[in-house]
Amino acid sequence: MSAIAADRVWKYFGDFPALRGATLEAPKGACLALLGRNGAGKTTLLRILANLSRPSKGEVRVFGESATDEKVRARIGYLGHGIGVYDDLSAFENLVLFGQLMNVRDTKAAANAALERVGLTRVRDGFAREFSRGMRQRLAIARAFIHNPEIVLLDEPFTSLDDRAIAVLHGLLRDALTQGATIVMSTHQIREAMELATQVALLERGKIVHSGPRTDEMLADPGWLYRTYEQERQQ
Amino acid sequence: MKQGLAAAWLIARKDLRTEFRTRDTINASVSFALVVLMLFSFAFDLGREEFYDISGGLLWLVYTFAGALIVNRSFVREVPNDCIDILIASPMPAWALFLGKVVAGFTLLMIVELVSLPVFGLFNNIIWLPTFWPQLGVMLLASWGIAVTGVAFSAITVNVRLRELMLPVLHYPLLVPLLIGAMQISTVLLKGQATDIFQELRIVIVFDLIFTSLALYLIEFILVS
Repeated sequence: MSAIAADRVWKYFGDFPALRGATLEAPKGACLALLGRNGAGKTTLLRILANLSRPSKGEVRVFGESATDEKVRARIGYLGHGIGVYDDLSAFENLVLFGQLMNVRDTKAAANAALERVGLTRVRDGFAREFSRGMRQRLAIARAFIHNPEIVLLDEPFTSLDDRAIAVLHGLLRDALTQGATIVMSTHQIREAMELATQVALLERGKIVHSGPRTDEMLADPGWLYRTYEQERQQ
Repeated sequence: MKQGLAAAWLIARKDLRTEFRTRDTINASVSFALVVLMLFSFAFDLGREEFYDISGGLLWLVYTFAGALIVNRSFVREVPNDCIDILIASPMPAWALFLGKVVAGFTLLMIVELVSLPVFGLFNNIIWLPTFWPQLGVMLLASWGIAVTGVAFSAITVNVRLRELMLPVLHYPLLVPLLIGAMQISTVLLKGQATDIFQELRIVIVFDLIFTSLALYLIEFILVS
């Protein structure tokens, strides 16, 4: 059974089809890199996978269940464009709150462990608004991983991260993959993505035009997939 | 159900905690209510009995406008950092998120009303203490209606660019039946009349029931686009 699957998903914004029958499948334990140019529909598809938006047509299944199922949502971690933490709560309070919302059992212990993993233990009682950009990003990463999600959805995760936050995120993603989690990430940072990816999907104007395993050519040359697709299209 | 209620409590507690830390809306709302109540005492050149006749109306106008400052910001406070996305993506049911927001807004609204009532009495020479408990009952019922509808419209307009303009246009007309009922009951109570207020009370209760049920049912469609 695939961990997460989108079946002929369409999404209209008014008359404009942002997704046009996108079909995608990520097996359990895979890291799927969702590639595509700006406006290709990556964020729209990820938001539908995260239950933040409903498809106009088609369906999304997570572990065989509907993506709208509350129990299924507890198994997903989401890191979007915004950091998703409250400026007027401390780092610890933020993590405890989100831990409780994600049904984590011992939220205080989980929050402390998460803060340690991202190197924010020293400032656990500091308000998020007082943090530097890099610290806020690490707090967001801690928030997304606090419940040890089985599926991690990441929208442009490496964009505007500082070196330390990139290292933290890489470490957490590698750990998650080792533990059997499934990762779906949309990104323009192809080199970083290819290092982790086991599967690659290319979106073009709302359609999945390529889907398959990550190959050595893709790892060696980040532009290879785009060029190959472009050549195939022109032929 | 139990998990949903626990999540609603988490949201209400979080909203109240952040509000008491920043005091952004409560300060604005209380200041607004006090200034308007003071202005009312200068604006009307009425006899004591005549002022009692309009007392309920004045009180609820202040409560409504001051309350709008609070409840209409309910979902707006989730916009910075895209916190709204994380809440919607969490396993918490949408109705729990809505209920938590309503409880927080209702609590803040009650604080504003409880501060305003004695000030209203003081500035306008209105004796309110003997009928305080029934008055509190009306305040609880009508404030719940204001909070439910205000938070619902806050959710509807959270992604609208001109939400500050849209909200009053949508919210106030809807409140008309609730406010008519609440104003009439409050006037009767402040005047100390032995008039039957069952009809007005029924309007307020039915309004609360209809809009609470409707909002709890529809909130998932509103939040998940």
